[in-house]
Order: sequence, then structure tokens, then C-alpha cells
Amino acid sequence: MLSLLIAEAAAPDDPVRRHMDIAAMAFVFVLATFIGVGVIRRVSRLLHTPLMSLTNAISAIAVVGAIIIAGDDHYPTYVRVLGAIALFASMTNIVSGFLITQRMLKMFKTQRESAR
Amino acid sequence: MSGYFIESAYLLAASLFIFSLHWMSDPKTARRSVIAGSIGMLVAVLATWARPEVTRHLWIIVPVAMAIGPGIWLALVPLTAVPQRTALSHAFGGLAAGLVGTAKFIFWFDSEPEMLTPFRTGAIVAEVILGYLTCTGSLIAAAKLQEVKWIPQRPWTYRGQKFVNLGALAAALLLGVLLVLNPTASWAPWAFAGIVFLSLNFGWMLVMPIGGADMPTVIAILNAYAGLAAVAMGFVLDNRLLITAGALDGSSGLILSIIMCRAMNRSFFNVLFGAFGQVQQTGAAGEQKQYRSESAENAAQILEQANLVVIVPGYGMAVAQAQHKVRELYDQLRRRGVTVKFAVHPVAGRMPGHMNVLLAEAEIPYSDLIEMEEINPEMPQCDVCLVIGANDVVNPAARSDPKSPIYGMPIIDADKARTVFAIKRSRNPGFAGIDNELYFSDRTWMLFGDAKAVVGEVARALGDGGRAGH
Repeated sequence: MLSLLIAEAAAPDDPVRRHMDIAAMAFVFVLATFIGVGVIRRVSRLLHTPLMSLTNAISAIAVVGAIIIAGDDHYPTYVRVLGAIALFASMTNIVSGFLITQRMLKMFKTQRESAR
Repeated sequence: MSGYFIESAYLLAASLFIFSLHWMSDPKTARRSVIAGSIGMLVAVLATWARPEVTRHLWIIVPVAMAIGPGIWLALVPLTAVPQRTALSHAFGGLAAGLVGTAKFIFWFDSEPEMLTPFRTGAIVAEVILGYLTCTGSLIAAAKLQEVKWIPQRPWTYRGQKFVNLGALAAALLLGVLLVLNPTASWAPWAFAGIVFLSLNFGWMLVMPIGGADMPTVIAILNAYAGLAAVAMGFVLDNRLLITAGALDGSSGLILSIIMCRAMNRSFFNVLFGAFGQVQQTGAAGEQKQYRSESAENAAQILEQANLVVIVPGYGMAVAQAQHKVRELYDQLRRRGVTVKFAVHPVAGRMPGHMNVLLAEAEIPYSDLIEMEEINPEMPQCDVCLVIGANDVVNPAARSDPKSPIYGMPIIDADKARTVFAIKRSRNPGFAGIDNELYFSDRTWMLFGDAKAVVGEVARALGDGGRAGH
């Protein structure tokens, strides 16, 4: 099984494999959307504002693309500058998104916790 | 072997993101969400950084270090400014997606044109259009929410606006199709630049005509676009983690927009292109209606006699930063054995869940924050309903007047309470510019003034009365 995977990875330009890749990506997208809808529907309405800041932080996963472009020597400098700006933008979202979500969630208290 | 290591790290990150969202289902488990999410993000960043082709470390350290300051600053804004902050972060997310797409296109066109397959080119076009329109659209939304002077609060409309907007989008899509068919043509960079230009402009033109009361829906839609831009980036870069995380974000934005649209009884299309907000001329044009106003002291006396008080908060409470005074009132009433509940309409405020966060900040226990559907059956038993800076969400015209622009929108049945007190900043109509029948009902007394000052006065009157009684 493992050797099969490695053999497949060794021929990246095989057109059959390209189609498999596209199909696999579409699979991931559809399944992740179903999971997302299922999970988000159950999120308490009380928490819709922190939910938005949390998903903001999570969608800043664009940071992955930004790192690949900003840090790879193959790209010319002017392309890497675009990557670095994108990295700055998504890192700002990561830091502020998680911090403010934490700050808001700490405020939600039960009857007992809020009795001072 | 490192390829497998990176893929496993990505799988771990994706699972942590799903757990993170799962734990948001209950405030008790929600604090774990941030821990799971941030560990997932850390794993993803480190695994990407560890890729063998990433060699220019300074190019990563510098932007990351520069981002920490603004990130912390944006996390410390007052909670009343959270809608603006959210819009701004959508703008950043859209910008990042647009820039990565642009960088990839430039590089592939110059150096590896064989990489520009029709599929990849199509994904880049989608990423760039979604990214840049989210960026400028969210900037305008943030500016409107921040009430920046040079952006009109009221919807900005002109004749033929829909056609100009849709025309810009159609032109961008047409250029996109041409580019997919000829990704390596000599004119391709010009077509690409055209797409960037058109989508940047489409974004701000889309949001300019939308009024403040529709902002919860707009923010949710822009959230979905930002997520879809990340998905498109995943297709471009052949990266499953990006696709997964983007799809989670996109479905969150989608569900929130559906909830917001239902709560206003409007369709997506109507919110985006239906600019309502011109002052309504219908109805009581001729007759002069009279408000009946009441003093804070008398309101306090009536509140004191009640068994059940329902407070309906709205944007006015947020603007006046009245939530801490509301907490004082809540404490005073509870001390007298009065049951106090908060009725929270899904679109109250300027973003989904806005009121809940403000009331939680004032340490009001979340078990007393009740959703509209749950509180409405209780409203006929409610002795006093106190409306604080809310307007359209308690307007009975939504039930009774088919001519009203908000007809059909589900509302909190404040008019069924035995007595209504409504706190209002001025005698002008509310944000959507619609007259509110509730304010002229013979059960209603108005308390005019700044929400914070009025609630403070009522709470103080209760406090003084209490001491005199003992």
C-alpha cells in the first residue's frame, strides 16, 4: 500500500492522477461543507458573535498559502512581496481572531458564576 | 517521508478545527474551542514552515512579527466595536486570498505556463474575484459600522445601480471565462488585471447601497465569501487543509446569513440589491400622532410592582454603551423578587449575536438571555416590557400592515405585554426609517433620552425607593 502511494507520488504529471486529484479535492470540499453545516447548526445562538471571530481566525488558514509563497526561493522577489503582505494580513487575523474569541467567551457566565 | 509528516499535521489541524467548532454548541464547553483552534493553527503553520522548499525564514519571521502588534490591538477593541472589527478581519482575509492568487498567477504565467491548466486557472479566477470583492466590500462595511464621516450611513443609491453592479460582476466573470480558455495568451495578464480591477470595484459598489440595519446579514455573507476564497485557494495550491478550513468558514457564513435573512423575512438577493432605508411616506401622513412620555421615577414604581419584566435590547443600547447600567437595573429588580428576562431578536444590533455578547460583558447570566421564539408565548404574561434602543424588531406593523417594508418579519411581541416602556434617543423614526405603531399604543409610555442615562436614572430611582422602604 505504502509503496503504491510512493510510486504514485513519483509520477506527478500523469494526467490520470491529475483527474484523481481534482476529484479528491472536490470530495474533501463537499464532505467538509456537510460537516461544517452539521456542526455550525448546533452552535448556540448566544455564541454567534464569538463564532464569527473564531471562524475568522480559522479561515486565516490562508496563512499556509502565504508562507509557501513568501518563503520559497523559486519565486522572484516581487511575487514574494505579495506573499509577505498576505502573510501579514492572515497572521493579524489569527492573532486577533483567537484572542478576541477567548475574551468574549470568558464573559458568558451561568447564574452561579455571575453572582458576586 | 516529510510529505507524509506534513499531510498528517494538516489532518490533525483540520480535525482540531472541527472539534473547535463543535465545542461552540454550548457556552460551557466553548472555552475549549479557542484552545483546540489555536493549537490546530499552530500545527498548520509549523508544518508549512517545515516544508523543504520554504528556505527564506526572514521573509516569514518579519511579517509574523509585524502582525502581532495590530493583532493584539484589534483584539482589545471595546465590545461595541466588535462588528467593525469583524468586518475588518474579513477584509484582511479577502486581501490575503486575492494576493496569493495574484502571486500564483504571475509566477505561473512568467515561469511555468504549463501549470496553468484550465482547472487551476478557473480556481485562481474564483479566488481572486471572491478575495478582492470581500476585501473592498468589508472595508466599506467596517467604515459604515464605525460611522466614518465620508461614508453615508443611509443607503447610497442611484438609478440603474443594480445594472452597473451586476454588469461589473458579469464583465469580471466573462474575462474569467476568456482567461480559462486561453490562460497563456499574450493578453492574459491584461485580462487578469481587468478581473482584479472589476472585483475590487464590485465589492465596494455592492455594500455602499446597504443600510446599517442590514449589516448583520451583509457581514454573514462576506464571511461566507471569505471562506469560499480560502477554498478556491486550496484548489489552486492543491491543499486539502485550506479546502477543509475554508469550507467550514464558508458554511458558517452561509448558515448565519440564512438565519439573518429568515429573521428579517427577506431573501439574499433582496438584502444585496433591495436597498431599503428611504423614509417611508405611507400611512400616517396626515394625522399627527402623539407620544406619551413618562418620567424615570414613575417607570421605576411600575417596574417595582411587576412579576415578570422582559427587556428587549437593540442597537441603541450598544451605541449608548448602556449594558452596565442595564445590569444595575437587573440587580435592583431581582432584589425585589421581580423575574427579569432578556428577549434577544436574531438581528438586534449590527452583527449576529451582538446583544448576547454585550449583556454577557455586563455579567448577566446567559440563562436569562432568551431567543425570540421562546419568549413570544410568554409575552401576554409579561407585566412590563422595557424596550431599550430597539425599533424594527418590536414593530407590530410587521404582523399587521402588508404595506410596511418589514411586513412578514418575525418580531418580539412587545405589544402584548400589559405595559410597555420604550427608551428612545429622539423622536425621529428608527434606522430603517419606518414609523413604529407600538410607540403610540395606549399601553406604551416613552422614556426619551440616552439609553445609558435613562436606564441609570430608573435603576437609581429603584435604589432610593428601596432604601426608603426599609
